[in-house]
Amino acid sequence: MKVEKFNDPLARRSHQLHFETLRLDTPFQPRLAELSQTNDWYSWAGYKAPHSLYDEELEYFAIRSTAAVFDISPMTKYRIAGSDAEAFLNRLMIRDVRKLGVGRVHYTAWCDDHGHVLDDGTLFHLGPSEYRLCCQERHLPWLLDSADGFSVEIREETTDIAGLALQGPTSYAVLRNAGFAGVEQLKPFQIAHFPLQGGTVTISRTGFTGDLGYELFVPRALALDLWDRLFTAGAAHGIRAIGYSALNRARIEAGFIVANADFITSETALRGNRLRTPDEIGLEWMVDMEKPNFNGRHAIQIARTKGKLRHVLVGLEIEGNVPPELSLVYHRKKKEAGIVTAAIWSPLAKRNIAIASLERPYGSRISDDLWVEIYALRELQYQKMMKRAKIVPRPFIALPRRTATPPALF
Amino acid sequence: MTSFDTIIIGAGHNGLVAASTLAAQGRRVVVVEAAAKPGGAAATVEFAPGYRTSGLAHIVNRLAPEVISSLKLDKTRFEGASAPTVVLDRNRGPVVLRGGYGEVVEGVGADEAKAFADMRRKLLRQADILKRFLARRPPRPGDVGFSDMANLGMAGLSLLRGGRDEARDFARMLLMNVSDIVDEYLSDDRLKGLVSFDATLGIQLGPRSPTSLLGLFYRLTGEAAGLAGGQYLPKGGMGTVADALVGAAQKAGVTLRLSSPVKRILTDRGKVSGVELEGGETLEAAVVASAVHPALTLRGLVSPGEVDTELSRALKHMRSNGNVAKLHLALDRVPEFAGVSREDLKGRLVIARSVRHVEEAFNPAKYGEFSPDPVMEITLPSLSDPSLAPSGGCTLSALAQYAPYDLKGGWESGRPQFLEAILDAIETYAPGLRASITASELLVPPDIEARYRMPAGHWHHGELQADQMLLNRPAFAVSGYDTPIEGLYLCSAGSHPGGGISGLPGLNCARHIIARNRS
Amino acid sequence: MKTYDAIIIGGGHNGLVTGCYLQRAGLDVAIVEKNAWVGGAATSRELTPGILYSNCSYVCSLFRPEIMRDLELPKHGLQIIGYEGGAVFTRDGDYLASYRDHDSHRREFARFSARDAESYERYARDVTKQCRFIQPLLMRTAPDPFSFRPRDISELMFLARKFGDFSAAEMAATLRFWTMSISDFLDEYFETDVIKAYLALSGIIGTALGPMSPGTAYVLLHHYMGEVDGSVGAWGYARGGMGAVTQALASSFMASGGTIRTGAEVEQVIVKNGRATGVALSDGEEIHGRMVVSNADVKRTFLKLVEEKELPEPFLHRVKHFKMRGSSGKVNIALDSLPEFPALPAGSPCIRGDMHFTDSVERMERAYDDWKGGRWSADPFLDMMIPTTIDPTMAPPGQHFMSCFVQYCPPKVDGRDWTDADRDAFAETVINQIAGYSPGFRDRIIHMEVRTPREIEAEVGLTEGNIFQGELTFDQLLFNRPVPGYAQYRSPVAGLYVCGSSTHPGGGVMGAPGYNAAREILVDLKRPRQHMSHAHDVL
Repeated sequence: MKVEKFNDPLARRSHQLHFETLRLDTPFQPRLAELSQTNDWYSWAGYKAPHSLYDEELEYFAIRSTAAVFDISPMTKYRIAGSDAEAFLNRLMIRDVRKLGVGRVHYTAWCDDHGHVLDDGTLFHLGPSEYRLCCQERHLPWLLDSADGFSVEIREETTDIAGLALQGPTSYAVLRNAGFAGVEQLKPFQIAHFPLQGGTVTISRTGFTGDLGYELFVPRALALDLWDRLFTAGAAHGIRAIGYSALNRARIEAGFIVANADFITSETALRGNRLRTPDEIGLEWMVDMEKPNFNGRHAIQIARTKGKLRHVLVGLEIEGNVPPELSLVYHRKKKEAGIVTAAIWSPLAKRNIAIASLERPYGSRISDDLWVEIYALRELQYQKMMKRAKIVPRPFIALPRRTATPPALF
Repeated sequence: MTSFDTIIIGAGHNGLVAASTLAAQGRRVVVVEAAAKPGGAAATVEFAPGYRTSGLAHIVNRLAPEVISSLKLDKTRFEGASAPTVVLDRNRGPVVLRGGYGEVVEGVGADEAKAFADMRRKLLRQADILKRFLARRPPRPGDVGFSDMANLGMAGLSLLRGGRDEARDFARMLLMNVSDIVDEYLSDDRLKGLVSFDATLGIQLGPRSPTSLLGLFYRLTGEAAGLAGGQYLPKGGMGTVADALVGAAQKAGVTLRLSSPVKRILTDRGKVSGVELEGGETLEAAVVASAVHPALTLRGLVSPGEVDTELSRALKHMRSNGNVAKLHLALDRVPEFAGVSREDLKGRLVIARSVRHVEEAFNPAKYGEFSPDPVMEITLPSLSDPSLAPSGGCTLSALAQYAPYDLKGGWESGRPQFLEAILDAIETYAPGLRASITASELLVPPDIEARYRMPAGHWHHGELQADQMLLNRPAFAVSGYDTPIEGLYLCSAGSHPGGGISGLPGLNCARHIIARNRS
Repeated sequence: MKTYDAIIIGGGHNGLVTGCYLQRAGLDVAIVEKNAWVGGAATSRELTPGILYSNCSYVCSLFRPEIMRDLELPKHGLQIIGYEGGAVFTRDGDYLASYRDHDSHRREFARFSARDAESYERYARDVTKQCRFIQPLLMRTAPDPFSFRPRDISELMFLARKFGDFSAAEMAATLRFWTMSISDFLDEYFETDVIKAYLALSGIIGTALGPMSPGTAYVLLHHYMGEVDGSVGAWGYARGGMGAVTQALASSFMASGGTIRTGAEVEQVIVKNGRATGVALSDGEEIHGRMVVSNADVKRTFLKLVEEKELPEPFLHRVKHFKMRGSSGKVNIALDSLPEFPALPAGSPCIRGDMHFTDSVERMERAYDDWKGGRWSADPFLDMMIPTTIDPTMAPPGQHFMSCFVQYCPPKVDGRDWTDADRDAFAETVINQIAGYSPGFRDRIIHMEVRTPREIEAEVGLTEGNIFQGELTFDQLLFNRPVPGYAQYRSPVAGLYVCGSSTHPGGGVMGAPGYNAAREILVDLKRPRQHMSHAHDVL
């Protein structure tokens, strides 16, 4: 277990001037700045990140029809290594880490002692006893405290490693054209390493769009090389950089949830009733009661056997064409049953889709006669609507190209 | 592989009490003890040829009547007159407290004696209310049963029995510091010093620290020699208590395995299955109760993945650094303390000149330094039981504080310096004592840790302060004796109600195990 | 001769708040103040030409926004400006800054420890949870658990429900929080000395406790439960110094027809047949009223202003033992130019915030040990700020007012009264502490006003110079404040009320005691209270 400290006053002092820059640039910021026509930025974990670059809608279609590049460098990344790395991660995660082979990635989540979800993320098994954990929130103290008694080293590498998501039907063609030979053999959730300018780029067949896609990680210094290589190679394949708004549409279609958007993580929640167990945010399939003990196991078991699960996360299809963002869900138009956490008009499914958190028995025992109350603000007047909502399975879309191996060359 | 119903880890007094209680229900119980002798901190040791003394605890003042009756211990061994407390003072002479915490006070004027009696009455009354919560599981929100409600109700009634103003005063005083209380009642520095000392002995607080009165309440919830606040020096040293508990255990059919340190507690997916001994042997049982420190149990003996992070973190932050040193002196003659009668030397001698003395002894301990002018309680056990010293000789046993576990600069060099400080202090009250020392032994917290396997040398297995009491002792998730690991229980002083030779954590835990398995 | 409906002794902020609410309820109220000005410990005075001093209190956060709104204080000139940051200077020439921006704040902590930087999130969450629990209690009268009156029982039920919102684990955590020392509490989150020192300071300001004393975690809460315009825990400057708060209150009071008598020192509360009927001034004048409300602390009120025979012995005994030991001093300094702190880089916003020189909890605690021993701290803790960096109205251009809150400073020196020489030596200790981090500091001083507990008591009337009108320990909080059984603003003397910080919820320029006292008085008079806002929701 290792904790980085800056006890050297000189090193500490050399970082004093950070207050002059409130929002940091990612390694790709020079390229993003060149491409940004909308100048539409937001702060993602302290980094400047684009909401959109030129046109939200067209950026979305880049994901679904060509190849879209999204800068994921601000994502929190931890390198976890050491002889007990697997055992440590296995006590942390609700999924069985022993089943994650070297060169594989899986989507996972982890809980506090009370079985409340701290965050979800992707775990990369990079090499023997070597992992990378990517997630939304920061967790260094939790990881270090959980590592007590394990021989494991935990290092945050968010700033050292630059990341890009390359998503869309032509993403494979872009990579092939960029010289990453053999990438076609990657199955979903598989990882491979490729040489780049004397360094290494790690490519995994993963993504947050439900489409064919890859995520690429390189040391910070190689970031712009990678970017340029992709954009040169991708010019003929319709490569476009995109902002978060476009990605968010794709992820809702794919039915993915976002921490602190679709559920509140347990270390940030101030209000006790906002906490969620995996079973309450649709992650019950991950919880592996057969594997060795993990954080929250005892509590989840009790919650399951004593019927203490209060909420459920569902996919909704809602009539009409007005996305009911953050609307209340009602049963029989009367009894409040929950809240919509994310909603869009899905261009791919051609319907109104939403993710909602319902209070049981709604969504579990009672699943019919659900309604969503929509306040549509039109020219300074609310148009109030009650629209029928139907619980449907997620993902809302299923694209065969997501999993086809080798992928088709578009 | 050997199989039992219950394994108890540690043959200290709490482990033995738990073992006997469970065995009396017909369970097959084994106690595994790392040392070659049972008794833990309640054993008698020979520290110099012919000189024996209680190894750690040296005064019986809170052995619970519930334990004596439930284990059917020979009551006559725990009866007798309460020993006096003598507050030493060079100038004005000693103050002597007799009976249960000074029913009679000698050496002060009538006004002061009356003031002390008033204060004593109030404190004993309040302690009596708190006492209701000792011999039972602490009430836990979300898990409050009928008997908890009944007990709370009874406590409420007895609170109101003295009238509304008394009840209000209880609520006001509960978390106060001891210094403000003694200032409110007393004017004699000797008495104020004594009460301050008693409130803070074994606790990392000074008399002016808020909540320090709780230490005194804890003391006064104890009874001995049939008196609340009573005390005596057991014949044969504290080992007598250990022997009685071992005897009871054997009579109940408990198997005692000595020199058998536990390597780890065997658990899988939240369920205990036994223990593995250092030698490699495995003992199987569906119930394991640990009478060793809670943090040692859950962060040392259980494999790290089996204890969830918040619980592990809570136990890591449980404050548990010992701050008391134990002194043993072999003297070639009986010492003379100025103004103290030979008979009173059989009691407890306290060096605590004033509130300020205790407070200033505490100050350096906050920064990892020992008290240059320590406060202490001294006993001469061989006066009550001549077999503890060679003829003509005398054994001296003292608890001196503050001696912080994490001493800046380390105890290797600190130990002789602290010994000098203690001896200097004693010498001023008993001139010539130094010259009569033939052997000495000073156990500072790291020594106590090594000898008794008591982490950081804390006899309460964790600071006995407001935030580590009741439902937060040792940590909320494990404050009801059970743990998130099915079948694993905690029964050391680190659990409610806390340390001292009471046997209550062991008794409460055993009763809880029995109740759990009945339902 | 005129008989007022109510006479308020002392024109401090709580007296003014009570006065405003009573006056607005249609009562005819007179506030009687011994000084030539009103404002008590929240006063701005021009003690050297052109430069305004905030006499005691120097920053604002706790003052309840409900009161600001009810009494239309903005209309009467009150404006609060949040401050920009802060710094603790370290002995190795660096500093730990606090920044308003969340990411900057984290990066600054990460300069010292990446772990601590993130632990801060959990810490802030846990403290905020405690704030959320206590906030709704501020504007309510603490129920008496032993009275069994319907109102107390229903209030107790309210509290129980409030507490019942917590999970079992959270209840346990709350019990711990309320009884812990700030030092132990911080140890559970942080590993870096200077970070702990920075956060611990809110646990000791104004108290006669050190950071290692149990109960100081609660004191921290007392400094966190305020807000500036909805930003909970934030602190700000009052434009024009803290006197702006009381000036606005006084203006509001007079606008609604209230009477203020300054230079009128009350010598005694006149009690006839067990009922307060007015006050006698030191010049012999008597002012008559149907009731008397004392903004003075509970000791001054009942041990000096009311004759002993009017009070039951047990009550008197409790008041005598009510603890209000002064622990702090104040040094107000006029400067001819902005001091330099070489440790701070150019452009640092820290100069516009609060600055400190105590970079470890141990130094803080040792400073407390000096106080316990009856001396002022040799290495004192300072909460220092230069309000003129944000509010230029307080000094001529280029010149500055610096406020130094100093801890610890005892009410008596080695058991004897303060002398002028002691005071000067105390000031010298403070100047040295600052000058150690700011070369040439001494030469910038134009004028200086030094307040030890002696000066604070003499001007403001706070017994022993205790700024909270009574220590914030458990035995003096909620239904125990100031005296068990008399914690609802009433006293054993009919028609005599107390409204100062000696009452729940305690000290700081909060106004809540004054508000609560006014409500209780109006309840007794069976007067409508529509003009009193309910406490804001805590969502």
